Amino acid sequence: MAVAEFEVPKVQPYPLVDIPKIKPDATVHLKSFPASEKIQEGIGFPGPLVDNWHKVAIDKMGDLLNRYRSLAVYMDACVHCGACTDKCHYFLGTADPKNMPVARQELMRKVYRRYFTFAGKYFPKLVGAADLTEDVLNDWYSYFYQCSECRRCSVYCPYGIDTAEVTMAAREIMDAVGMGQKYTNEILGKLHRIGNNLGLPGPALLDTLEGLEEDILEDTGVAVKMPIDVKGAEVLLITPSADFFSEPHVESLIGYAKVFHEAGISWTLSSLASEAGNFGLFIGSYENMRRAAMRIREAALELGVKRIVVGECGHAWRVAYSFWNTLTGVGHGGEDEFTRALQAQLDPRYPAPQHICEMTLDLINQGVLKFDKEKNDHRTITFHDSCNVARGSRMGNMPGGQFVIPREIIKAVANNFHDMADETIGEGTFCCGGGGGILTDDLMEVRVKGAMPRMQALQCVVDEHQVNFMAAICAICKAQFSKVLPYYKFDMSMIGGVHQLVSTSIRLSEKK
Amino acid sequence: MSSLTFIYAFLMYAATVIMVTGVAFKIYTYSRTPAPLKIPTTPAPTTQSGVVFRIVREVVLFESLFKANKWIWIFGWLFHFGLLLVLLRHLRYFTEPVWSWVVLIQPFGMYAGFAMVAGLGGLWARRILVDRIRYISTPSDHLMLLLLILIGISGLTMKFVAHTDIVAVKQFILGLMYFDIQPMPADPILLIHLGLVSFLMIIFPISKLLHAPGLFFSPSRNQVDNSRDKRHLAPWAAELEK
Ligand code: SF4
Ligand code: SF4
Repeated sequence: MAVAEFEVPKVQPYPLVDIPKIKPDATVHLKSFPASEKIQEGIGFPGPLVDNWHKVAIDKMGDLLNRYRSLAVYMDACVHCGACTDKCHYFLGTADPKNMPVARQELMRKVYRRYFTFAGKYFPKLVGAADLTEDVLNDWYSYFYQCSECRRCSVYCPYGIDTAEVTMAAREIMDAVGMGQKYTNEILGKLHRIGNNLGLPGPALLDTLEGLEEDILEDTGVAVKMPIDVKGAEVLLITPSADFFSEPHVESLIGYAKVFHEAGISWTLSSLASEAGNFGLFIGSYENMRRAAMRIREAALELGVKRIVVGECGHAWRVAYSFWNTLTGVGHGGEDEFTRALQAQLDPRYPAPQHICEMTLDLINQGVLKFDKEKNDHRTITFHDSCNVARGSRMGNMPGGQFVIPREIIKAVANNFHDMADETIGEGTFCCGGGGGILTDDLMEVRVKGAMPRMQALQCVVDEHQVNFMAAICAICKAQFSKVLPYYKFDMSMIGGVHQLVSTSIRLSEKK
Repeated sequence: MSSLTFIYAFLMYAATVIMVTGVAFKIYTYSRTPAPLKIPTTPAPTTQSGVVFRIVREVVLFESLFKANKWIWIFGWLFHFGLLLVLLRHLRYFTEPVWSWVVLIQPFGMYAGFAMVAGLGGLWARRILVDRIRYISTPSDHLMLLLLILIGISGLTMKFVAHTDIVAVKQFILGLMYFDIQPMPADPILLIHLGLVSFLMIIFPISKLLHAPGLFFSPSRNQVDNSRDKRHLAPWAAELEK
């Protein structure tokens, strides 16, 4: 595919001194491919643009305002203070003012004011209200697909206004009128039809896993199993399907398998629920998100597992940690009939769902796993906090556990670790630039430019500490960085998983 | 009753009713709207008391704003806390006898008026000078600042330049409170001051001033991070289970 020419932003020395001067409409032309009618129908939406789209859109907006308190409050509460204006990596990378979170929200808010508020109905100019025209809708399509729903802006807003919530609502409205995005909606359709984002049927999975078992045996001389559809296994592992096929993702899958092997925990994958990623989140569709998550509940009941563990993926973990309990009852504390069966089955000693990093660190702390740390000595490692782990979920039982646990693992399995600058990690972490439905070639320019702030922080630890490996726990981060790193003159194999590091240095024993 | 007294008494009553019912209606709408998913932003407290503490920090210290931008924080905080002290100082017009702590803060309240106007000036300067913030400003944002500054300046003028007959003002206000209307002093600056304040109260429920109640209803700030231990089901979402 021909890639359009564009300028890769300059990486300035950290800390970021220059917030760009705004360049209106710098990226208005960057639009992802629209979804075909067939794709739209696969997830329950019409396509292409319906005739009475105006009415449908306003009705849908009214519906969402009644359904989501977040939206209702966020439409009213913004004071245009500007605190969020320089917090979005897409603004920092593109200088397009509509990539400032407040301006992105304003695309919807001006329509909200016009149709739902007194001031906007009678004094539209004064308060910045505007009719929903086709131009406005086109702007929505540009800029609500230039938001990775990373929620960085929400951390800094005095009212916690979460642009991701607004983006999701806008996308849901666009889907409702038949204006969907090809990338996200096609993948979601595959998930509904086949069970994973890559559209891999069961037999293909089985094949791949057998191949991987052989590879491990050849590499280590130890027979490590990669079981699938095993009834009565203790753990059901749900992981992003990229882990089965893509590099470097698969290295982490091997890492998980070795951990299970060494700890002697029986586990299984499921061909019914062979995907952790849930793209329903990206388009804000509760129904689609729920439908996608249902597979996990069904697989857990069918296989009779006691624990559910989730592999390395940011969006997947957010949906799993924050929403599975709500959507499908995978979790504790449900009092309805719907969740009782599952709770009776799950082992109450473990959180449900549990993150693979929580499990691994527990095993390390119990002394079950042993490592030859020097095997990672060729690496000097930094850690990239993925947005949806950092800002949308948690690990362990204390606030901020999601920052501590992966780093503890890295330090337990490798000798050389350096964090990037404080304001660019933890809750202030910069998005990889590819999250939330942006990870598509048609948006390559957006992705490259949006990655700039992360590249800048990375450059700094590369220069100061000779870092040569960036560990991440998200399938999208891994895929995005593999593509984007070369644009910034880094080696694409710099990116990898935390369990890839575990895999390198774990001491395997025969038994078990 | 003079027509001036009649107009101002009516205006103050109307403004109070509009503000109270308007905001109450908004609060009712927010509280009635379900929050179907748990979406607290990091660092999210795991207990209800943690949430209360978090909101208190946001209200008192503007914690998130502090993390975001020190200039906006300084000006915003100066303005809001200046305003708070000024409002508390104004309690002396509403109480008889005046509560002793209100007497105590009188001197602070006076200087807080300057802090308030300075904070507003700083915010306005940013709105004009910083290109990003200029871009996101609507005419109403500028007008709101103008309105608040004029209220501040007219108030300060009555205190420091052209003294108004505060005994008469107090009688008028107490009269309003007890539905025993007293004459309104015809001091032009006072008329401007009270007129603008009434206007501000009237637009409160239809303007961005809704950020005040909004702060307490923002799910990313007011939710407990306990989604694995407690199922969180909104009514419309529970319908899907049937
Ligand atoms: S959610 Fe992330 S990508 Fe979207 S506007 Fe906020 S900072 Fe930008
Ligand atoms: S920080 Fe919040 S209130 Fe301020 S402009 Fe951004 S969204 Fe609006």
